[in-house]
Amino acid sequence: MNTAASALTLNRLDPGESGTILSLEAGEELHQRLVALGLRIGDRVRLLRRARFGGPLHIRVGMTELIMRRREASRIHLAFEHPAD
Amino acid sequence: MKRIAMVGMPNTGKSTLFNRLTGAHANVGNWPGLTVDLLSAKLIIGDQMVQLVDLPGIYDLNGYSEDEKVVTTFLAQEQVDLVLVVLNASQVERQMVLLQQLMQLDLALVLVLNMVDEAAALGITIDAQGLASKLGIPVCLLSAKYGQGVEQLHPAMHKALRATKSRDAPAAKPGARGLEAAVKSSVFVPAQASHALTERIDRILLDPWLGLPIFFGVMFLLFELVFFLGKPIQDAMAWGFSALRSGALEPALAGLPFALRGFLLDGVYNGLSTVASFVPLIVMFFFCMGIVEDAGYLSRAAFLMDALMARFGLDGRSFVMVLMGFGCNVPALMGTRVIRSRGLRLLTMLVIPMSLCSARLQVFVFFIAALFSATVAPLVLFSLYLISILSAMLTSLLFKRRYVNNDPFVLEMPPYRLPTLRQMLLRGWHEVRHFIRRATRFIVLGVVLVWLLTNFPASAAAGGPNTWAGQIGELLNPVLSPLGIDPKLTIALIFGFVAKEIVIGSLAVIYGQDGGALTSAIAHQIDWVQAYSFMLFTLIYTPCLSTIATISTESKSRAFSLLAIAWPLGLAWCVSLLFYQVARQLAG
Repeated sequence: MNTAASALTLNRLDPGESGTILSLEAGEELHQRLVALGLRIGDRVRLLRRARFGGPLHIRVGMTELIMRRREASRIHLAFEHPAD
Repeated sequence: MKRIAMVGMPNTGKSTLFNRLTGAHANVGNWPGLTVDLLSAKLIIGDQMVQLVDLPGIYDLNGYSEDEKVVTTFLAQEQVDLVLVVLNASQVERQMVLLQQLMQLDLALVLVLNMVDEAAALGITIDAQGLASKLGIPVCLLSAKYGQGVEQLHPAMHKALRATKSRDAPAAKPGARGLEAAVKSSVFVPAQASHALTERIDRILLDPWLGLPIFFGVMFLLFELVFFLGKPIQDAMAWGFSALRSGALEPALAGLPFALRGFLLDGVYNGLSTVASFVPLIVMFFFCMGIVEDAGYLSRAAFLMDALMARFGLDGRSFVMVLMGFGCNVPALMGTRVIRSRGLRLLTMLVIPMSLCSARLQVFVFFIAALFSATVAPLVLFSLYLISILSAMLTSLLFKRRYVNNDPFVLEMPPYRLPTLRQMLLRGWHEVRHFIRRATRFIVLGVVLVWLLTNFPASAAAGGPNTWAGQIGELLNPVLSPLGIDPKLTIALIFGFVAKEIVIGSLAVIYGQDGGALTSAIAHQIDWVQAYSFMLFTLIYTPCLSTIATISTESKSRAFSLLAIAWPLGLAWCVSLLFYQVARQLAG
C-alpha cells in the first residue's frame, strides 16, 4: 500500500485524478483570478474532464467547478499522490 | 437621497436579488467616467427613498478587468451610503476575499449570503448570527430566486442606513485570519458536499462524443424557438402597423401638405414601426438566452466550443451569439453583454453583423427567384451562407490581435439551475426597454433621412433618379459600376442601409413595377452576374440601421462604431469587385 508522491502540473492529470496545489506560477493578474476562484496553495484540485481537440479542462476545487484553458492549467503545480496499487 | 450599491462575485445571483428588490422598475443609466451602463432603481426603505445600484460582478477589488475598474471607480467617486455584499452561500469560504477587501474601505456593509436553497440542498449550514457578531456587520441568509428570507433585508438595510448617520468609532476590523476563523466556526460544509445531479447531467452533456452533437441540437432548437415563434409575431405586428397606417393615419393626415404628411408617415411612423418590429425578436431571444444562461448551459457551450473558437480569438459564448445572429443581428449584439472581457466582446460584435440574418434572406430569395433557375437556386443560397461564414472567420482572424481577449480564460461552471419564469420575463422586459430607449431616436432619424433623400427635391419622382438619393447613386457610379451595381440598384442599397426588409419594396418604387412585373423588369435589366454581385454586397455591407444603433449604444465607442460600418463596407466592395470582374472575364 505504498503511495508515491510526485510533482506535476494540473494539465497533466488524467480525468478523475486529483492533486494538492503546491504553487501558482502566474502573473499577478492570473494569480489574483485563480485565488479569487478558490485555487489556493494547499487546496485539492480534481480534474473532471478535458474538452476534445485540445480544448479546456473542467476542474473542481472545494465547492467550485471551473473551466480553464490548458495553458493556464500548466501554471498550476500540484503534489500528486499516485493511487495505491 | 441615500444610495446603496450592490457588490458581489459573478454567479452569486446578484442581479436576481436586484430584480427581487426592485421589480420591473429598474433604469439603465450612464454614470460619468464609467464604461458600462448600470442598473439602478428607487426603493423605499423605512421612511426614506433610497437609490439601489447594481454594480457588475467582480472577483477582486484590486483586479485588472474592466468591471473591477468600474466598481472601484464607482465606490471611490460616488456617494455610497451602504454596500450590500452578495456572496454565494455555498462558496462563502472562497468569496470572503471580496468581503475582506471591502472591509478595508470605510463603508457601511450588509452581508447577503444568497442561494441558501442550494446551500441547504448540499447540506451546508450557516450560523448567521454567529457570523454577524464575529464580523461586526449584519448578515442575511436568503434566496433571491425563491424569495425566501428576503424580508429580513429591508430592516437590516434600514438599520444600517440609520447607523451611518452617527457612526461611532468602528470596531476593530477583523483581518484575513479573523475572517477565515469566523467562517470556519460559523459555516459548516459536509466533506462530501457536491452537486450530484449536475455531475450526472454533465456526464451526458459534456460527453466527449455526445457533447457537441447535443450542443448543436440545443442551438438548433433555440434558433427555431426564437425565430419561428418570433417571426409570426413580428409579421403580425408589421401587418398591424400598416393596417393602422392605411386605415387611420392616412385618412386622418390627408389634409396636410404633401411634404409634412410624407415626413410623418414615411419618416417618423415608419421609423417607429421599424423599432417595434424588433420587439418580439428581442423578447423571444432574451427569454431563450435567459433559459440557457440561468440554467448554466452557456458556460458548458464555452467548454465545448473553446478549442475551435480560440483559434479565431473568440470563445464558446461568442459562438452562441454569432449563431443567433443568423436569425437577427440586433438581439445577438445585445446578448454579447454576457461576455465580460471588452476585447472579446468587441470582436464578437464586429463578427456578428456578418451573419446572414433573416431580413437579408428575403432579399436573396427574391433575387435568386428572379435570375436563377430552380435547379441552381439552392446552391446559390448555400454559397451565400458559406460566404457569410467565411467573412465572419476572416473578420475575426484579422481583428483578433486588435481586440485581444485580455481576461484569463478561467470561468466558473455553475451547477445546473432551474430558471424561474419571473426571472426570464423580467430579463426580456429590461432588454426591450433598453433597446427602445436607446435605439428609437437613432432609427427614426435614420429613416427620416432616407425618406428625405429618396423624396426630395420635391420636383423629382419618389425613389427616382432625380432625387438626392438618385444623384448620390449617380455620384457613386464610378465606385459601384465596377461591381456591376447600377444607379438604380445603388438607390436600393441606400434604402437597405435602413433595413433589408424594405429593399424589395424600394425596388418596386424605383422600377415603378410591382410583384411579378418587378421580377421580370429586374430580370431584363440586369444579368445573373450583376445580381450575384449585388447580393454579395447586400450580404456583407451594413446590415441595418438598428444594428448600427445597437453597436453604437452597446460599445459606447464612436471609433468602434465607425469601424463596424467601414470594415464591412470595404469588405463588401472588395468581394463584389473580385467576383464581378472575374465572373465577367469568365462569362464573357
